[in-house]
Amino acid sequence: MPALHRDDIAHLARLSRLQLTDAERDHYGEQLEVILAAVARVAEVAADDVPPTTHAVPVVNVTRPDVVVPCLPRGDVLSGAPAAEDDRFRVPRILDEEEQ
Amino acid sequence: MTTTSRDALMSFEDAIATFDPVMGLEVHVELNTHTKMFCGCPTAFGAAPNTQVCPVCLGLPGALPVVNEKAVESAIRIGLALGCSIAPWSRFARKNYFYPDMPKDFQTSQYDEPIAFDGALDIVVETDDGPQSITVGIERAHMEEDTGKISHLGGATGRIHGADYSLIDYNRAGVPLIEIVTKPIEVVPALAPAVARAYVTELRELIVALGVSDAHMHQGSMRVDANLSLKPRGRSEFGTRTETKNVNSIRSVERAVRFEIQRQAAVLSSGGTIVQETRHFHENDGSTTSGRVKEEAEDYRYFPEPDLTPVAPDEAWVEALRATLPESPLLKRARIRQEWGLSEHDMQSLINAGALDLVEQTVALGSDPADARKWWTGEIARISNERGLDVAVLPITPADVNRIIVLTSEGALNDKLARQVIEGVLAGEGGPDEVVASRGLAVVSDDGALMEAIDDALAAQPDIADKIRDGKVQAAGAIVGAVMKATSGKADAARVRELILERVTGV
Repeated sequence: MPALHRDDIAHLARLSRLQLTDAERDHYGEQLEVILAAVARVAEVAADDVPPTTHAVPVVNVTRPDVVVPCLPRGDVLSGAPAAEDDRFRVPRILDEEEQ
Repeated sequence: MTTTSRDALMSFEDAIATFDPVMGLEVHVELNTHTKMFCGCPTAFGAAPNTQVCPVCLGLPGALPVVNEKAVESAIRIGLALGCSIAPWSRFARKNYFYPDMPKDFQTSQYDEPIAFDGALDIVVETDDGPQSITVGIERAHMEEDTGKISHLGGATGRIHGADYSLIDYNRAGVPLIEIVTKPIEVVPALAPAVARAYVTELRELIVALGVSDAHMHQGSMRVDANLSLKPRGRSEFGTRTETKNVNSIRSVERAVRFEIQRQAAVLSSGGTIVQETRHFHENDGSTTSGRVKEEAEDYRYFPEPDLTPVAPDEAWVEALRATLPESPLLKRARIRQEWGLSEHDMQSLINAGALDLVEQTVALGSDPADARKWWTGEIARISNERGLDVAVLPITPADVNRIIVLTSEGALNDKLARQVIEGVLAGEGGPDEVVASRGLAVVSDDGALMEAIDDALAAQPDIADKIRDGKVQAAGAIVGAVMKATSGKADAARVRELILERVTGV
């Protein structure tokens, strides 16, 4: 597993909209290395006869009928919002990156 | 803020003389299921903000999504109708991106394992040399969920640029979407914009025929993203593409493709390079302007959705769904045109009037196609135009029209009275028979009553009888007119003419 480049960390930080100092980049880079190494160890165990899976149990087609169930009351919905206006979630202007 | 492109454009003719356009169309169709893709919240359009949400579609911790079976069924039916293979095993994936339209911070979609893949849709494009058939390859159709609706406020306009803050309604977040992606479309360059339009038109017809979505482009239940790149004539590798969003009508699809061909041709011809980016379409002037630089697929960090089980439709189910497919709209149009012996032009006006299905249903009830066509594309289409409504939503049914045609052919109504019956039905006065009874519209078929009116008219214009006896039979027209007037149009003109000739010539 190639070591994470500082540019990779910077790129991941940008995708997550995190502003990191150089020191933080190095710090998180080290942590990520540890995580990737752990995953790599698991990958070593996976033999060719073990198919990759995302589930602990081999189950398919868990579905529900197309029937409406009650929703959350709006007061509850917006109680978790950092800010609300006109019954909607209010968030800071978003689109710096869309103006590139 | 830019609302209008300042980009240099090459004329369309010059552009297609130098470059070959390559298109890829992505169409998102909002399914008409009662509930969302992964939770039981309703999907009704226009509800008060944030009243159709729950822990699942709000992405609250610990909420567990479960797939809507009906949405899977619709996805499979769309795939089958597009001639796709249905994956015996497919999964959902998380598409991670940082934008507040999805409260989960990812969109549940399908990535490398779509439910349907490798199909085709036949379309017909109008060209200067007449209609031309083209097959558009379908790369895939996959299931995903819609995003919340963001309003940008505080800026000069409601648009994205210059907004100070944004308000979000998550009612739409989680509504089932099917994304249908074409293979690269390479056609005669001059036809590219028309092909884009014809493809979206045909796909919309198919979706409506399947009954899986209302596919209203203006309401956003069908949305088109148009990818376009140019390659210099004679080169085989594709150029850099742009993806134009916000294309909200079938006509706009054609305009957006045409504009991008002209813009990219100007950039490339002057030695510039195309930036891979999202562009926004502007309805007012048909231009596109630069949006965000497109993220690479790997930036979405797709991975299999661990909270959902794979979708593995068994063959029996797929075949059962195949049996529910309607006749393809394209084949249906060809069949009907042949069966009814219509010209290309008559067929087109039938389609343009939005009356094809209604006429077909009327014919199925026993009416002659010519009669059914006459009423639906004549009087009824006229009224729908007047009211600015689709023919299909007017409160008159194929059964009503069939009944009016029966009454007319039996001689109980003439065309003038039939129009009044249509008016009465549309006014909510009941079915044709009720309107005939309540308005007293039946044709006067009592020969005695007609003869009385004829005698009155002949007495008023004594010279007419002589003219008729002299062989000028067309002179009877004046008497027919007088009788129709006297009976308030309730007479059968042909019968009146017969009676006049009988009376005058004694035959």
